[in-house]
Amino acid sequence: MSTTREITVTVNGAAHRAAVEPRLLLADFLRHTLGLTGTHVGCEHGVCGACTVLVDGDSARSCLMLAVQTDGRNVETVESLGRIGQMNALQESFHEHHALQCGFCTPGMLMTATDLLRKYPLATDDDIRQGLSGNLCRCTGYEHIIRAIRSVADKLGSAR
Amino acid sequence: MKPPAFDYILAESVDMAAAALARAGADAKIIAGGQSLVPMLNFRLLRPSVLVDINRIAGLSFIEETGDAIRIGTLARHYQLETSPVVALHLPVLACAMTHVAHLAIRNRGTIGGSLSHADPAAELPMMAVLLDAALRVASPSGARRIAAREFFVGAMTVDLAVDEIVTEITLPKLPANTGWGFEEVARRHGDFALAAAAATLTVSGGTIMRARIALTGVGPTPLRASEAEALLAGRALEGKLAARVIEAVRAATDPETDLHASSDYRRHLAGVLAGRAVAAAWRRANESAT
Repeated sequence: MSTTREITVTVNGAAHRAAVEPRLLLADFLRHTLGLTGTHVGCEHGVCGACTVLVDGDSARSCLMLAVQTDGRNVETVESLGRIGQMNALQESFHEHHALQCGFCTPGMLMTATDLLRKYPLATDDDIRQGLSGNLCRCTGYEHIIRAIRSVADKLGSAR
Repeated sequence: MKPPAFDYILAESVDMAAAALARAGADAKIIAGGQSLVPMLNFRLLRPSVLVDINRIAGLSFIEETGDAIRIGTLARHYQLETSPVVALHLPVLACAMTHVAHLAIRNRGTIGGSLSHADPAAELPMMAVLLDAALRVASPSGARRIAAREFFVGAMTVDLAVDEIVTEITLPKLPANTGWGFEEVARRHGDFALAAAAATLTVSGGTIMRARIALTGVGPTPLRASEAEALLAGRALEGKLAARVIEAVRAATDPETDLHASSDYRRHLAGVLAGRAVAAAWRRANESAT
């Protein structure tokens, strides 16, 4: 039967050493082992996007990665973006544009948008829609989320 | 749901991975990007006793140009293909197809070897391999072999791969000069699996099609080439009623299933429409490149 393995993983800048069962999903490692409950778990099969985190800077579904696979890697969760009173530009924009209702999808939206803004110019709203097509908002508040990301993309675009 | 328990083997080389697969027999699975495998584990559609992780094997993520082909290592991620300048220059149809694959977070992780080995009947990469006459390199404890993509896909999620074999590399011939391409897909939502997709390349000389290739996905258990439609195009210009005959030939080549997402008739209709658009785009691009 499977035995636990020692991993060392950097999460939001802090190194963590832990013994994990190989079948432990990264999402559950973050939430239950490290207590970082900002990462939400929706569908557990890679469809809803709520559990999206960054692994070595690239967005990834934490329900589709095993914790054991992050040994030596750098993981960033929504907790890394900012704090209340010290939100980053994307979080501020979500606040300003009322881009959340119940908030369940928001961590995944923020982490996905973080990667999208780094990798694509997002010149049109359709580019943003396509980029968010893997993140479900059951409140269907998509228009406000698109506006929030649009605002940040425009500021980045004019700064470029 | 959570995956069932399994033994985890972190392979350091292809040889080590192949040996581990051979030892475990039919009960082992390779994990690469995990974007298809882990959902199946979480649903417990699969209960492998051993997972062989190949992600840390060095030297399998390359995208490399040779004289007349592009070689891609099995661990290259979809996002790498989407953004590779070499792919954009020599295989622009592949770069375009990659933008239709799922979502960024999936493309960041999903590997070329994983997509080909998983062989979802509606996936883009297997169709590209079939369209572009790719060859796969497959390794096992008894050595390596090459197999043409057109022989590799044998059924829905079924490929010509023994339990101890690993796809290590895919070789795609560059598009020839004066070749135009087209890629068309309809999905319910951007990034979802295709209801149907079609791609074409036309190599044109002096206003005549010298070679035509048309591939389809989502309309049968495996990606397929519309050989009769291709033959109709060879030696002709795309004018008059030829496009309509090609569309009819494409539809005749398909035998799609009815499922929750679309009926067989609708998929067959769509295959024709999309192939017609892909061929028209390929014709336009080929003639632009010739002038």
